[in-house]
Amino acid sequence: MKRITIDPVTRIEGHAKITIHLDDNGRVTGTEFHVTQIRGFEKFTEGRPYYEMPGITARICGICPISHLLASSKACDAIMAVRIPPTARQLRELIHCAQMVQSHALSFFYLSSPDFLLGMDSDIATRNVLGVIAAHPELARDGIELRKFGLQIIESLGQERVHSSWIVPGGVGSPFSAHARDRILADLPAAKAIAERTIAFFKGALDSYKEEIEYFGSAPTMYAGLVDTPGNVQFYEGGLRFQKADGEIAADHIPAEDYANWIGEASLRESYLKAPYFKPQGFPDGVYRVGPLARLNVAQQCGFPKADAEFQEFHQRFGAPAHSAFLNHYARLIEIVCALEKIEMLLNSPQILDKHVRATAGVNSLEGVGMVEAPRGVLIHHYKVNEEGAIVWANLIVATGHNNLAIGRSIQQVSEHFIDGTKLHEGMLNRVSAVVRAYDPCLSCSTHANGQLALRIQLRAAGGELLDEIATG
Amino acid sequence: MPQKKLSVRIDGELISAVEGQTILQAARANGKRIPTLCDLEGLTPVGACRLCIVEISGTDRLFPACTTPVQDGMSVTTVSPKLTQYRRVSLELLFVERNHVCSACVSNGHCELQAMATEMGISTVRFAYNYPKLAVDLSHPRYVLDQNRCILCTRCVRVCAELEGAHVWEVTSRGIHSRIVGDLNQKWGDAKGCTSCGKCVQACPTGALAEKGWAVEEMVKKNDNISSLVRRRGVQA
Repeated sequence: MKRITIDPVTRIEGHAKITIHLDDNGRVTGTEFHVTQIRGFEKFTEGRPYYEMPGITARICGICPISHLLASSKACDAIMAVRIPPTARQLRELIHCAQMVQSHALSFFYLSSPDFLLGMDSDIATRNVLGVIAAHPELARDGIELRKFGLQIIESLGQERVHSSWIVPGGVGSPFSAHARDRILADLPAAKAIAERTIAFFKGALDSYKEEIEYFGSAPTMYAGLVDTPGNVQFYEGGLRFQKADGEIAADHIPAEDYANWIGEASLRESYLKAPYFKPQGFPDGVYRVGPLARLNVAQQCGFPKADAEFQEFHQRFGAPAHSAFLNHYARLIEIVCALEKIEMLLNSPQILDKHVRATAGVNSLEGVGMVEAPRGVLIHHYKVNEEGAIVWANLIVATGHNNLAIGRSIQQVSEHFIDGTKLHEGMLNRVSAVVRAYDPCLSCSTHANGQLALRIQLRAAGGELLDEIATG
Repeated sequence: MPQKKLSVRIDGELISAVEGQTILQAARANGKRIPTLCDLEGLTPVGACRLCIVEISGTDRLFPACTTPVQDGMSVTTVSPKLTQYRRVSLELLFVERNHVCSACVSNGHCELQAMATEMGISTVRFAYNYPKLAVDLSHPRYVLDQNRCILCTRCVRVCAELEGAHVWEVTSRGIHSRIVGDLNQKWGDAKGCTSCGKCVQACPTGALAEKGWAVEEMVKKNDNISSLVRRRGVQA
């Protein structure tokens, strides 16, 4: 019996390792996905004023702080029991779409494209973004430009590219300027052209990845994502929809405050990351996925012409629902198209320059839940406060958490298919890492949990016999 | 009776001061800046922060410029490697004592402690942090007291006593256990003496006292208002 450890999994956000167990014939007998860090946000925010939560929880992540700011501010809006000004809602959506563009561009071009542009088995020394720049300079430049476009919108609204404090309970900190709007509108055609070029290129390349599409986490699961009343993809508003693996809707338009009736959270022994599950199915059968692929699966359409054309082609090619985790990359590109169209719509809204962008109030409700679609999937912030407004309890469910069980299953599937323990090589292991990357997990986000640590240390002899084991949790 | 004129050297430059002035006042009157944190124009100086320490010829001791009166013939040094080192240590110890997390603070970007640390070039702290578990008092309807961010400068104590005349704030306990308390250790919302005037909030150099509801970076203190109020009322510290 042998054991392979991939530590750390590279080109992801956060820290993880994977253990693969092999039998004497080199066949995979089991896999484990370990998330190896703990953050503690739910615990150390106790006692803080609720209105500080957006600023504190945004620090969970430097890739998509905007998502945390939004989910947290929505939870605070609920505590204040205010309806934020319509322009503030539009501005929040605008910055959110910009974040979707920049985060997806990061995932696709910087983190994952080395795998499909240079090859899963290519030299590990150059299988990175620098290798992509050397081999495909045009595509690399496109990736940098697209990410820059998203970041520039974030900067023009929030004054800062990474940790803006512009999204606040009750709305946003300041109104939008005509000058900034016009500058973004001027840059928009170039960004759209990049998105279209990239999606055309990727569609052409998909045939080279038949094996990956077939075996990369293609086991059917349930999906969850936000949709509006007609069933359009939603990033900011909307209710939560659960879809069964066969496409049937299991639950629909679940408002944020009802999430706990549908989502349970299990603690795992091998990881700091909790495993949410669909309550009616129980644990671990209630495995579901969130993220770009899930959003395109649960929705009927995107609601914008170019994105809808891509949406239809996607489902014609891969079915509805489409199950392969590899298709997350494709879905990300379609979502970039969708986000760019939405940005254009919002920028042309007659209300977007309105000066009234913030509602104020004190504590009017002792509990609040905020739910948005982060680039990696559904993000939920749930706070309880006392009458003075101090946080007494907090629960955060982050996209990568929802995907925890599915990532584990995908690792198992890829390992079983690609790993042959009798003649191991690095490319095999890279495919295992690549399936994790397909989910674009943000482990720094997801390990916010509190309570007792669930950790297992195993001491094994060279032959693989278990000599000793220490376990907590 | 006209005040007696004194001749003093500050950093080698001969300046004229008047009897009764502190070194800090004499320096400022002659366009010389000495770093301070607990000082606020119009309030009685207390020498709490030790940032304004200066060297005086003829003695090895360091003196706080805000509470040391000038004397005729005194030669004062306000800038030296030794003073920089002591000031940096004082600031670093302020940071390790409580939980100053700028990134999540309402006063980020408008904080005198943060600005002073930037000025002194402090990018890391050499000592272990205390990480004390400290309460946030949210009981006042408009204001919040966050002990995590308090540096015990006592500006709030002084402004409340000297300008508002309410005497709500005091310091309890000693040493590292010292805390700002309102009305003999009541929750702020229960402090009957508080007029809710907000002068303590505006005087506070950090995010320890803040208006409720502001997000990160949004709390801009108007402590110039305190000083101009003092001048208009003719209150003499």
